[in-house]
Amino acid sequence: MRVSRGVIGLVVGALLLAGCGSAGPPEPATVTLYNAQHEDLAQEWVRDFTARTGIRVEVRNGDDSELANQIVQEGQASPADVFITENSPAMSLVSDRGLFAPVEPAALGQVPPQFRSAANDWVGIAARSTVLVYNPRLLPADQLPRSIMDLAGPQWQGRVGFPPGGADFQAIVSAVAATRGEAATGQWLQGLETNGRLYQSNTATMRAVNAGEIPAGIIYHYYWSKDRAEAGANSANAELHYFGNQDPGAFLSTSGGGVLRSSDTPREAQALVAYLNGPDGQRVLANSTALEYTVNPAVPSNPRLPPIAQLGAPPIDPNALDGPRTVQMMQQAGLL
Amino acid sequence: MSAGLTTAPAAAAARVRPRVPFGSVAAVAVAALTLVPLGFVLVASAGAGPAEAGALLFRARVGELLLNTVGLVLATTTACAVVGTAAAWVVVRTAVPGRPVWLALLAAPLAVPAFVNSYAWVSLTPAVEGFAGAVLITTLSYYPFVALPVAAVLRGLDPVHEESARALGLGPVAAVRRAVLPLLRPAVLGGALLVGLHLLAEFGALQMLRFPTFTTAIYDAYEATFAGPAATLLAAVLVLLCLVLLVGELRLAGRARLARVGSGAARLRPPRPLGRATPLALAGLAALVVLALGVPLGVLGRWLVEGSSTAFPLVELGAATLTTLGLAAGCAVLTTLLALPVAWVAVRRRGRLIRIVERSSFIGSSLPGIVVALALVTVAVRGLPVIYQTTALLLVAYAILFLPRTMVALRAALAQVPPELDDAARSLGVRPAGVLARVTLPLVARGLGAGSALVFLAVVTELTATLLLAPIGTDTLATEFWGHADAVAYGAAAPYAALMVLLSAPAAYLLTRRGIPEAVS
Repeated sequence: MRVSRGVIGLVVGALLLAGCGSAGPPEPATVTLYNAQHEDLAQEWVRDFTARTGIRVEVRNGDDSELANQIVQEGQASPADVFITENSPAMSLVSDRGLFAPVEPAALGQVPPQFRSAANDWVGIAARSTVLVYNPRLLPADQLPRSIMDLAGPQWQGRVGFPPGGADFQAIVSAVAATRGEAATGQWLQGLETNGRLYQSNTATMRAVNAGEIPAGIIYHYYWSKDRAEAGANSANAELHYFGNQDPGAFLSTSGGGVLRSSDTPREAQALVAYLNGPDGQRVLANSTALEYTVNPAVPSNPRLPPIAQLGAPPIDPNALDGPRTVQMMQQAGLL
Repeated sequence: MSAGLTTAPAAAAARVRPRVPFGSVAAVAVAALTLVPLGFVLVASAGAGPAEAGALLFRARVGELLLNTVGLVLATTTACAVVGTAAAWVVVRTAVPGRPVWLALLAAPLAVPAFVNSYAWVSLTPAVEGFAGAVLITTLSYYPFVALPVAAVLRGLDPVHEESARALGLGPVAAVRRAVLPLLRPAVLGGALLVGLHLLAEFGALQMLRFPTFTTAIYDAYEATFAGPAATLLAAVLVLLCLVLLVGELRLAGRARLARVGSGAARLRPPRPLGRATPLALAGLAALVVLALGVPLGVLGRWLVEGSSTAFPLVELGAATLTTLGLAAGCAVLTTLLALPVAWVAVRRRGRLIRIVERSSFIGSSLPGIVVALALVTVAVRGLPVIYQTTALLLVAYAILFLPRTMVALRAALAQVPPELDDAARSLGVRPAGVLARVTLPLVARGLGAGSALVFLAVVTELTATLLLAPIGTDTLATEFWGHADAVAYGAAAPYAALMVLLSAPAAYLLTRRGIPEAVS
């Protein structure tokens, strides 16, 4: 008798475990956030937002295109209410499928047009600048390239690193395509494939430059800024080169936030997005260790960063960056 | 039971009510479940248009991946076969001092997941990135898969083979080569096959070494394009490589007769004295243990000390540990439930279908975790959205991957239970469910426990399928470790790695005691 009770216990336990992923009705005022931004920044935002509004936020972390594709696959059934990314191609992917609800005017008005989708279905929440991180010991400042396009030239063979697998670099490629056209981008990628050393992440690229394994790398500015702000363990021997002059290499990438059409808590979801690019959310960003640029002109970026107006970023509609096409071009060039 | 001698067949048919054999139906269902990933790969590759498939498959990058993957498998399996056999030989057959300690140390790297080993090395020096480093680190992680079964065979080997060869005029080296090595062949090849399958599935260790293979490329494609044709076509190639490996092993194993009639009692042979070669053997073993165990544990210790000086995230650590243990326990229960009907049918019934059912449950587990996960993501999203992003789906993936670990143990245990006990219980009025609960299960409990323990510990260090399938808010030790290590936050990754090593240690012990082939299938 005891044994059979044990067996029943086993079975019941298994069923409970098997069901626990979907069990339990969600609490009404909980917003599900698909977060492709850095986890620590998202955590600071969510903590502050919940403290101010009482709205709870459940966070699912992932990467830009992973989560964007997931939302597309999930369609109307997606548990996501709000989606935030590091870069805009993932936002355009969801936008193209018509899965975003229009952003409420209050949130739209909080950022200038360069930092929001022309379709008004998502808004910028932060921005990051493309840079060349370089090791002055291996690459004196007077030999720096004038344009990111130069890095495809033969003199850069074996001298430049970048992380092709990540959404950051893919966004930079999409910006090159948006400014220079597909043919030039294809050639540029071929050159990078010949010249480049591929790394796993921005940090790994910067670390390799810092260690003198490679003279230069293509990353976003804040990886260096963050490391310098701490102990500089991975950046002490490395410097940043901003391309400026509306060069594709001066691309300022917009991190976006939007509300899913399928959201069952649209009011709370809109409130979260309006918070993110509103004064409170932007102040959290400016005061955080994230060191990304603020997109709300009312809140200046962290004073450690060169002012956004001096970056000379090329004018690009953030909703026009084509992620899937970029991936295809990178596949053709053998970078993916 | 039997129809009886005097009963006509027609009468027998009338007397025995035709009933659905529940065990067989359940077994077929389980086998079908384990075949889902293979079916997915076939259907998905067939579904991609020829133009798209051609563009995605016939390009330089895929050639590079093929070269990398095949090169790594060849080099590392060879290295593991040589290192594993040599180490086992020295420890079992020679008089090297401290043999039991060495044997335990040889198996101990099994407690260090390959991706933790890789993390330790790469945080020590970036020189290990690339092919050479990948071969070095995977060899250090996987040689026990060869060393342990070879050691087991060597221990049971009758010295008479070698002595007869010597007596018939062969020199000492030729005698070993012609009379002993052939007897080791199944153990070496079986171990090498395991190494090969693990290499094809390895993700974390190689990603960290910047050495792209099909598995890492599938993960990158999944991140860039979700479960699209780019990922599934690469998965199809990877599955082909797995099949080539499985068939190749069958071929190489050959049909040579290795048994002998009337083996009698093997004479105990004294270990061969090493004489002046003793320091050399000791140095070799020590070097192996330092590289395979000393480096990862030493570096881990260093990061733990440095990391704990900044912050020790007790809450996250505790949460990830609890999640991991919960998933592992859930999977152990689930695999037990799934393995029961298959093992029961395999032991109690005969026939071609039964054999196919039993074998097929091994196929899912020889596929890389990334393929199984990709299949389940696609099947769930397209056909059964309710289970997408649930713990249930993750547990199913684990079950497909680790079912044989329970199956093998359970089958062995069931085979020892005489069917007559069932009949006796039935004749005393116990219903079939009661027989299972009161007779069969108590008798196989030990085998079940061992199998479940192996499943439990496999789940603790599973990374790839967990990365793709873990639902919202589910972080395991492996995914937390990976998140930090991937961001080059080596100190922050260390506590998670240390916990995984601690939790894996019992598995390593179990494997040394039970022998690799039985335990890992």
